[in-house]
Amino acid sequence: MIEIKDIEKSFGDTKVLKGISTTFETGKTNLIIGRSGSGKTVMLKTLLGIHTPDTGSISFDGRIYSELTRDEKRSLRTEIGMVFQGSALFDSMNVEDNVAFPLKMFTNKRGREIKDRVNEVLERVNLVDANYKFPNEISGGMQKRVAIARAIVNNPKYLFCDEPNSGLDPETSILIDELIQEITREYDITTVINTHDMNSVLQIGEKIVFLKNGIKEWEGTNEQILETRNKSIVEFVYSSELFKKVRESLLGEDEEERKQDLNIKDE
Amino acid sequence: MIKALNQIGKYFLMIKEVFNKPTKWSVMKSLILKEIDDLIIGSMGIVAFISFFIGGVVAIQTALNLTNPLIPKSLIAFATRQSVILEFAPTFISIIMAGRAGSYITSSIGTMRVTEQIDALEVMGVNAVNYLIFPKIVAFTLYPFVIAISMFLGIMGGWLAGVYGGFVGSDQFLVGIQTDFIPFHVFYAFLKTFVFGMLLATIPSFHGFYMKGGALEVGKASTTSFVWTSVVIITVNYIITQLLLS
Repeated sequence: MIEIKDIEKSFGDTKVLKGISTTFETGKTNLIIGRSGSGKTVMLKTLLGIHTPDTGSISFDGRIYSELTRDEKRSLRTEIGMVFQGSALFDSMNVEDNVAFPLKMFTNKRGREIKDRVNEVLERVNLVDANYKFPNEISGGMQKRVAIARAIVNNPKYLFCDEPNSGLDPETSILIDELIQEITREYDITTVINTHDMNSVLQIGEKIVFLKNGIKEWEGTNEQILETRNKSIVEFVYSSELFKKVRESLLGEDEEERKQDLNIKDE
Repeated sequence: MIKALNQIGKYFLMIKEVFNKPTKWSVMKSLILKEIDDLIIGSMGIVAFISFFIGGVVAIQTALNLTNPLIPKSLIAFATRQSVILEFAPTFISIIMAGRAGSYITSSIGTMRVTEQIDALEVMGVNAVNYLIFPKIVAFTLYPFVIAISMFLGIMGGWLAGVYGGFVGSDQFLVGIQTDFIPFHVFYAFLKTFVFGMLLATIPSFHGFYMKGGALEVGKASTTSFVWTSVVIITVNYIITQLLLS
């Protein structure tokens, strides 16, 4: 479980995160959602330790990150798996070496053991016969699978995914979402996903944190998100023109007024 | 000025971090071998080509300027030897290496930064600076061997150009390259070569590691890295020469 208490983060004079508190539970897919510029990526990078929060604390199963020594922080990071938006596969290594990397770096496993484990996770992410291909020789969906395989190969306790569906077609996106949820349950890990993909939200959002302008505006589940009348949530969930009627009926608001409101925000 | 000082400070902190929390030897071993192959063995072709022809040009130019019949022809070999050992091999080749190996280092590390591969290493708990830069430093400890080959080929080029160009006899050339030989000059050349090797490994790495932006900035970082590596090599060359030879 990851607990966040009152974290704030500023860059210069711009306050990006404004006192966010929440809990991400183990064995569940926790989603951070929000419009572009709402602070999602900064929050994820703060959870990962790439950014240091100005105030507040982040605790990983009781271990408060800011109170850990440098070695303890490095050790904690070996318990983290991360799937980057662009997959971030090492382009000088083939698929097998990419997935084997955490095992070679952090375990005492030897050649055969490593190969067996790599094949096991590649099979788990439905990627066979790609061991010796390089990242530039496989599709975006396959790259995401390799990134997931690399993230889970060392049995992490925490899995972070930054926009895992970005650049994928809807069908592949659904497969990737299902895969992440299955892995989360199977390995009983705490998964935090940063997304603005509504399909993901409805499909795997067991816990959803909605950020708006650096503030936690709402939190709940994928069932609750469809029932809420919170204006920001409704605008976000039904932002597509496909849902114009639904949006209007839920908000009882004139469409022109909404557009003006959005224009003011963009300015 | 403050920005420059800040960059220098950051550079030295990076060097300190290179030796912090080393990567597992089993992994590091293969990284070192790969870097030796890419940076040292991969550069041998261009180094050999340039050294050979530079030696030849030095010999020809010296010969063409020896108009006084009282000056022995063996001076052609002497001048070639001194030029190649003292400057052309260590310094000129290092500038070439700043373009060849330095740009490669900056662009490869910079691309890793742009594509979040460095973030991936750091999130995993890997000391990215040690993982990426330490193997390059170790590979460049072999740089003096490259320069030794460069010296040999430079003098060979001078001999071939001098003898087969009809400027000097082979016997005179052999006498010339042994005339007033000072072993300390070779030590001086290898010492500065070693220092240049360390600069070639670390300055381009620094520019790649701390670059910000996208693909365009990778190109800009490579250019900046070449300029700064060359400037630092030329400056350090002057300082070492002042300290050891004056």
